Amino acid sequence: MKAFLMYRDRDFDLQQKLPSNEQALIQDLELNTLFGAMASDDKFLFEVAEKAVLSSLNDLNTIQYRQNILKDCIKNSSVVRNIYEIAVQAIKSEKKVYFGFFSKYPGAILSRSIEVLQIFVDMLKKLKKVSDEHADKFESEGFTTFFAVLNKELDDEYFDRVQNHLRELKFHDGVLISAELEKGNKGTNYILRKPHDKKQSWVDRIFAKKPPVYSFTISDRDESGNKALSELRDRGINLVANSLAQSNDHILSFFNMLRAELAFYVGCLNLHSRLAQIEEPISFPLPAILGELRHSFKGLYDLCLALSIRRKIVGNNVNADDKSLVIITGANQGGKSTFLRSIGLAQLMMQCGMFVPAESFCANVCSGLFTHYKREEDTAMNSGKLDEELSRMSDIADNITSNSVLLFNESFAATNEREGSEIARQIICALSEKKIKIFFVTHSYEFAHGFYDKKMKNVISLRAERQTDGKRTFKIIEDKPLQTSYGEDIYNKIFGADTKGASKSVSANCGQNKIDRENESVL
Amino acid sequence: MTFHNILFEKAEDSIKGETLEAPAFFVDLNLDQIIDAITADKQEYNLKPFFYTSLSNIDTIKYRHEIMQDLENQALFENIKLFAQKMRTMREYLARLDKLYYKYLKERWFLDAVEIYCDSVNNLLHDLSLADLKSRGLSAFREYLTNYTNSDRFILLQTEMKKITADLSEIKYCLLIKGNHIKVRKYESEIDYSADVEETFRKFKQGAVKDYRVKFHESPEMNHVEAKVLDLVAQLYPDTFFNLDNFCTKNENYSDKTIGIFDREIQFYLAYLEFIAVIKQTGLKFCYPQIVTASKEVYDYEGFDLALAYKFSAKKSSVVCNDFYLKDKERAFVVTGPNQGGKTTFARTFGQLHYLAGIGCPVPGRKAQLFLYDKLFTHFEKEENIKNLRGKLEDDLVRIYDILNRATPDSIIIMNEIFTSTTLADAIFLSKKIMEKITQLDLLCVWVTFVEELVSSGDKTVSMISMVVPQNPAIRTYKIQRRPADGLAYALSIAEKYRLTYNHLKERIKS
Repeated sequence: MKAFLMYRDRDFDLQQKLPSNEQALIQDLELNTLFGAMASDDKFLFEVAEKAVLSSLNDLNTIQYRQNILKDCIKNSSVVRNIYEIAVQAIKSEKKVYFGFFSKYPGAILSRSIEVLQIFVDMLKKLKKVSDEHADKFESEGFTTFFAVLNKELDDEYFDRVQNHLRELKFHDGVLISAELEKGNKGTNYILRKPHDKKQSWVDRIFAKKPPVYSFTISDRDESGNKALSELRDRGINLVANSLAQSNDHILSFFNMLRAELAFYVGCLNLHSRLAQIEEPISFPLPAILGELRHSFKGLYDLCLALSIRRKIVGNNVNADDKSLVIITGANQGGKSTFLRSIGLAQLMMQCGMFVPAESFCANVCSGLFTHYKREEDTAMNSGKLDEELSRMSDIADNITSNSVLLFNESFAATNEREGSEIARQIICALSEKKIKIFFVTHSYEFAHGFYDKKMKNVISLRAERQTDGKRTFKIIEDKPLQTSYGEDIYNKIFGADTKGASKSVSANCGQNKIDRENESVL
Repeated sequence: MTFHNILFEKAEDSIKGETLEAPAFFVDLNLDQIIDAITADKQEYNLKPFFYTSLSNIDTIKYRHEIMQDLENQALFENIKLFAQKMRTMREYLARLDKLYYKYLKERWFLDAVEIYCDSVNNLLHDLSLADLKSRGLSAFREYLTNYTNSDRFILLQTEMKKITADLSEIKYCLLIKGNHIKVRKYESEIDYSADVEETFRKFKQGAVKDYRVKFHESPEMNHVEAKVLDLVAQLYPDTFFNLDNFCTKNENYSDKTIGIFDREIQFYLAYLEFIAVIKQTGLKFCYPQIVTASKEVYDYEGFDLALAYKFSAKKSSVVCNDFYLKDKERAFVVTGPNQGGKTTFARTFGQLHYLAGIGCPVPGRKAQLFLYDKLFTHFEKEENIKNLRGKLEDDLVRIYDILNRATPDSIIIMNEIFTSTTLADAIFLSKKIMEKITQLDLLCVWVTFVEELVSSGDKTVSMISMVVPQNPAIRTYKIQRRPADGLAYALSIAEKYRLTYNHLKERIKS
């Protein structure tokens, strides 16, 4: 009996290995904000959210399968939360039953198992009741199959049979064990036997040939004898104690699995209600097959930003279908990074079967999502920084495959523009030829313009919009790269409109260049 | 041909009394290490006396070679090992009987011992029949086994054992335990309750789960409750247990003496072959030596020190092999050269080869011809520092005198660095004197020495030198080569190292 709510035909594996760039993704896309919203302070929900979001699916069927289940969940959220609670309760109660120091004795194992089984039976009955009452409200394949299985496997007759075992395993009529003789004529192959039904007709009983029965009693004072007797009994019930304890483990793992799989949807429900509070739209994305080059959306917003500032934010509309390189330039703090993050988040959310933060969203699935962001922390040493960036790039190169998506955020800017763009250009060209879709946020006009100028069909150039008065709209529009990044605007905003200051910083830069040139001539 | 035993073809050649004392030269040649290693896992067979006794006729050596060669068939080897294992289990069962108390318990262990015995004898005969035996020894033993297994005595033993065993294995009874009361009756096809429980919960089965089965302590003994149950089971099946009783009293001395002796003596071969198999894995070779008595032309190609090879095999590495030969009138190797170069190892190898050949074993090397000696003497420098130098010299001379007195032209003498504690002039003088005696005796000799003057002692001596890497004399090759000891090889290589050779100097010294 399986829940199969994450995959049509297999269990959700909480132990599965996450992609090697897990930490970079969490950091660059600020995934902890997403997980936190899904978890709503529950550690287990957090863990499941993390596992599910980071282990992307790339078959459209399974994505569809989860989307449908999630739609059912949104419709019947209280029923789903109720089922989740039953699973949680079953797992908690099992832990409470004392195992103690007697786990060396089959007798002790058996009696604990009986107690645990009783709890499980009660929980299974509850689950069955929910199923009986609400199954008809669910439409998704996943849930209808789940309820059908419960209905079939857990009928009244089955519960009677289990109850019967629970009664008989208390052995009110003694323990019946069969045995054979092995080496040294010692008893072996002890097997617990179910006594024949006593309801034999009296005629049969009278005419049946009475087989000989011998017996003896061990005196109460015979301590070693009693010990030997109880060992003999233990040998007899060893296998059945094992069977029952293992059965409990199986039922427990059923509940564990049910809990883990539902935890993903409960997380989605939590996120859903958070977004509803700030009136942000959601939609179920339309995934396209691997390699199809689709990326078009309306109202795509950065979910993490919306969650942290707790209000509705501007979304973007872009059609980048048939594009394999998206270059994003434009004003500082114009929403480039936010845009890039929203691309990454939507990709991950789509590929785990969730809704996405957009009015509509269509993209091809990718075989892996990678991020290469400029790291802010180590600005001190430029050369060391480029080293570090290239070493991260080399790690990515070790792991990336065709049909992946790679998000660059101001990468390779730790050196002068010309070198940086040459490095970037070479990397981009190689990756593109390997069918890797790239989103590249850059300040480098040289680099951006270089690609734009070639007028390649598969390249799209986006720019953070800036109105003529210098005001940022945080909108990303399709346009050619501009020479400046409006650093001056921001400078002015902070320092006031002091143009002298701005030109000072430029001249300081020139001075630096001059010094370099002087050094060169000395050499 | 009637079978006598597997170590000696004829009764008159057999060891008269088994000795537990190793020959005197064992320690010097490191043969003690070899034999200890060979017999380490076979203590119960007490094999050392076989390894301590040299053979005096070529025919017995050949008898053993044939058997060794038959046993190099891996299948036969494994089968005989299996036979030995079973016989060991049987002995364990029998040894247990004395310690046990309950009658039916003892009787069953006895029955089981007989079962193993019959089994192992039958299997052994079967395996020997399948094998393409070339050796006189194993062929004769196979014939013996055929006759034995066809004897009325064995057939009756086996038939009765089988009948009782089958009857016992069919016994199936039930215990009903309630409180401190036990009922015992025959089994009446009640269903397996565990299977029923398992079936009930099968639908929940997920992955692998913990095994909750408790392991009980199993001893060959029985407690009084088990014994009482067994008594009642015996009452349920009275005929079977009556037969068991009878069988045990009737067959107390069931096992065959000759087979028992074979079981021990065949271990001589198994032990040696197992030992050399380990060493063969490091790429070293063994061969069956040609044994000569009339001629003293001996040789061995790619030989090595077996004790050293054994030590190295633990580290999965192998030792350096060396060749030697003596032809025509040559009788003595005089080994000189740098220390730690493998001289002593060479001397030991020579001794080991002859000893191992003399007990009928294959020896280290690709191809060998060795001499059937009558006595082997060693004189190795003793480690201890004796303060009184004159005392030590005297002691050395007394020992050598004794050796020379007992030696015959068919003996072998191996000497290692004697006279180190005296003056060079003395050492040269004494060495020459002793070499004269040895030459007169015309016996085989290896003499490791720093006295290079010995080399030119006539056409009976052959010079062997331990070699170094010319570029770096500090590295020993452990190769011992047959070449004149001109005292130059070593010096030249040191010159190389310091670039002081003729050529080097000509280059270095600018005109």
